Amino acid sequence: MSTPVQTQPTPTLARRIPWRSLAIVVPFLAVFIALSVGSPAFLSFQNVGNVLDRQSGILIVAAASTLVIIAGGIDLSIGATYMFTAVICGTLIVKVGGVPGVILGITVGVLAGLLVGIVNGLISTYLKVNPLIATLAMSFIILGATKLVSQFGKQGVGQIRVDFPEFRWLATTKPLGVSLPTWIAFVVLVILGVVLWRTTFGRYVYAAGGNSEAARLAGIRVGFVRISTFALAGLAAGMAGVIDLARTPSVPENDAIATTLTFTVLAGIVVGGTSILGGEGAIWRTVLGILFIAMLYNGFTLLRIDPLFQGIALGVIILLAVGFDAWSKLRRR
Amino acid sequence: MGRLILPDSVVTGTPQLLVELRGVGKSFGGIPVLTDIDLRLEPGSVHALVGENGAGKSTLSKIIAGLYTSDTGELLVNGEEQRFTSPREALDRGIATIAQELALVPALSVAENVFLGREPRTLGWIGRRTLRSEFLDLARQTGFDLDPDVPVGSLRTADQQKVEILRALARGASLIIMDEPTAALAGHDTQLLHDVVRQLAASGHTVLLISHYLGEVLELCDTVTILRDGRLIRTAPAADETEATLIEGMLGRTLGSVFPEKPAAPTDAREVLVVRDLVAPGVNGVSLTIRAGEIVGLAGLVGAGRSEIAHAIFGAVPRTGTVEIDGAACGTSIPAALDSGIFLIPESRKEQGLVLGRPIRQNVTLSNLAQVAAGNWVSPARERRAARDMLERVTVAGDDRRDVSALSGGNQQKVLFARALQRTRKLLIADEPTRGVDVGSRRAIYDLIVEQAAQGIGVLVISSDVEEVLGLAHRILVIRGGRVVAELTGDDLTEEKVITAAFADPITSGSI
Repeated sequence: MSTPVQTQPTPTLARRIPWRSLAIVVPFLAVFIALSVGSPAFLSFQNVGNVLDRQSGILIVAAASTLVIIAGGIDLSIGATYMFTAVICGTLIVKVGGVPGVILGITVGVLAGLLVGIVNGLISTYLKVNPLIATLAMSFIILGATKLVSQFGKQGVGQIRVDFPEFRWLATTKPLGVSLPTWIAFVVLVILGVVLWRTTFGRYVYAAGGNSEAARLAGIRVGFVRISTFALAGLAAGMAGVIDLARTPSVPENDAIATTLTFTVLAGIVVGGTSILGGEGAIWRTVLGILFIAMLYNGFTLLRIDPLFQGIALGVIILLAVGFDAWSKLRRR
Repeated sequence: MGRLILPDSVVTGTPQLLVELRGVGKSFGGIPVLTDIDLRLEPGSVHALVGENGAGKSTLSKIIAGLYTSDTGELLVNGEEQRFTSPREALDRGIATIAQELALVPALSVAENVFLGREPRTLGWIGRRTLRSEFLDLARQTGFDLDPDVPVGSLRTADQQKVEILRALARGASLIIMDEPTAALAGHDTQLLHDVVRQLAASGHTVLLISHYLGEVLELCDTVTILRDGRLIRTAPAADETEATLIEGMLGRTLGSVFPEKPAAPTDAREVLVVRDLVAPGVNGVSLTIRAGEIVGLAGLVGAGRSEIAHAIFGAVPRTGTVEIDGAACGTSIPAALDSGIFLIPESRKEQGLVLGRPIRQNVTLSNLAQVAAGNWVSPARERRAARDMLERVTVAGDDRRDVSALSGGNQQKVLFARALQRTRKLLIADEPTRGVDVGSRRAIYDLIVEQAAQGIGVLVISSDVEEVLGLAHRILVIRGGRVVAELTGDDLTEEKVITAAFADPITSGSI
């Protein structure tokens, strides 16, 4: 209580540097420069473009999930929702066929994601189920539902393939030499970033996660804010599912894909420096976090390091990131 | 109050502990917090540390308690130099702290908390029966009436504090440091705690008391040390001090009166707030009115239902009954209450008021963001201007982009007032407006409250500090068991009448 912070004459340089903001920037630049020097293939337009194209779906999901986490929630069902929407989209395209099938598939797929998000939000807010548990349970339900839909979608054995040009253009078009998914991701990131940074809703997201009781007593509809963030995360997972389906273009049918997506998204958010406890963080952090992980994996491939070490390296980095966060919080006392 | 007898083991086994500080200094990040402090804590005395927030009281007590080590100077216990590197080491020398934020394990029982880490055990098994009987011994002899088996989390703050004190005694502490022990207590509990403190001193224990309540300091302590800006102003017998001399020492100037002059009670002004038959959790049928420009105080014990009434009026909890603002029924949600002109400054600024990890500016504009936004778009320039204007009115200086957690308790409270000033149009409810607030800021907050009333706003002040309610309010409603049990005006506004009503025979109040 009696910390005399009011009348600081000249804070020492070490105290003035916003260590927490720099957390992700320094290692990101370090790895970026190291890879550019170490592997000539890294800094090519081709390679960077490929990395971004492949990360577009996950960036969209991660950005929306950042909002969920800042608002004090967490969504473990994003991976399952992502697969679910891809399967719905693929099934409708196969069953209905043609351009109408594609339009219907994309629309219903994305809306299915939104619906899952709203349900997640309602369960965790109004039924007061801890969001971690609520979305964990939801992800099992969604994965089950995914299999139901996919059995209906595939004729006989094998995967649902949607290798139709009417659908594939979504991934193959390259306005100004950059793939459409990359553009979509860019637009979504900018929108979400600005929403968080400059709108009243964004402010309420921070307040809801920072101190929900204070936010409530200040007149903020905390429940509505939280549900909205879950809805956005679901919507984003729907978009990502559809986009990645167009890129692959076969429906993923492996629960591990869902789990990996969820984990990578959370890893990216945490490595970026957004607090898992809510109340602080930013979209640009998550973008750097996700790209940092992608860059690391890409570097491992380019430098021909056994992919076995990728997971280990990522784990160590997460621990370092969280440890750094704890350390910098200690300093602020 | 009955006689309080401490356990024989504690009384007889207490080593007389003389703690001395010589030339102690401490800096944080190059900023000196304490400079050249000499202090002598006589065994068996009650010694108070007073000073504004930021004067260094907590830092000093933390050095004694082993939480911090001093940069310069030395700490002597019974003449031996000590360098505590942890609270554990200090505790081994008989120094214990009852912290402001209580350090109890909510899920464990009272007895388990008291003996936490020192449970009587056989081969690693905790002897529950021994634990219980040892606890009962200790509790009976201190006069604390606590159920050993209740989880600590379900107790009220006052009782949790007793658990902390018992814990310190169970560990054989001779010097007990209490940081704002009565800040969360009301009337009866405060009195009980005072008795315990006196008894501790009588049995050879030393109590170092940090308190903002100067009345308490003068009544309870033998010696007072005044700190200002990290320097020791003086150490003197409490008998030689008055509230005025203490305040002068703390501020380096005279304060004038603690309370601003009350404007005349508006007897014929319109009724801003009319509450009829209000029922909500902890509120059992309350009717009250507040006129424009009137300051009404809600007094009563902690847990009497004062904050609950505030929350019910504010729409923060489900309620039945009518709440009217200027004759119009007020909606039952917080946004509806805000729209009809009610604003609540909640009881706990850290838990209910501020978003500590966000900038001061954003905390000021939190409930008023729509006014500094075009549509959903926050305008940084307008927000900055609005926040600066308000912060100036409540006299909080400095960069408002800093996190609000960087401010002292008093300034944090002013930030909440800055938020309120933008919204309040009809009724301001201030719940414990000066808890944990230093003397200087306290007067500033009183001024704000009176200023609001002078502008024709109805004000409802809730406080455990009876003097505060008396000093501010035109009219006092005493609450017990979620009901209004007395209404005091004019000559009836005395501490005695308030306390009497708050404690009056509970039979008439029926079931709670």
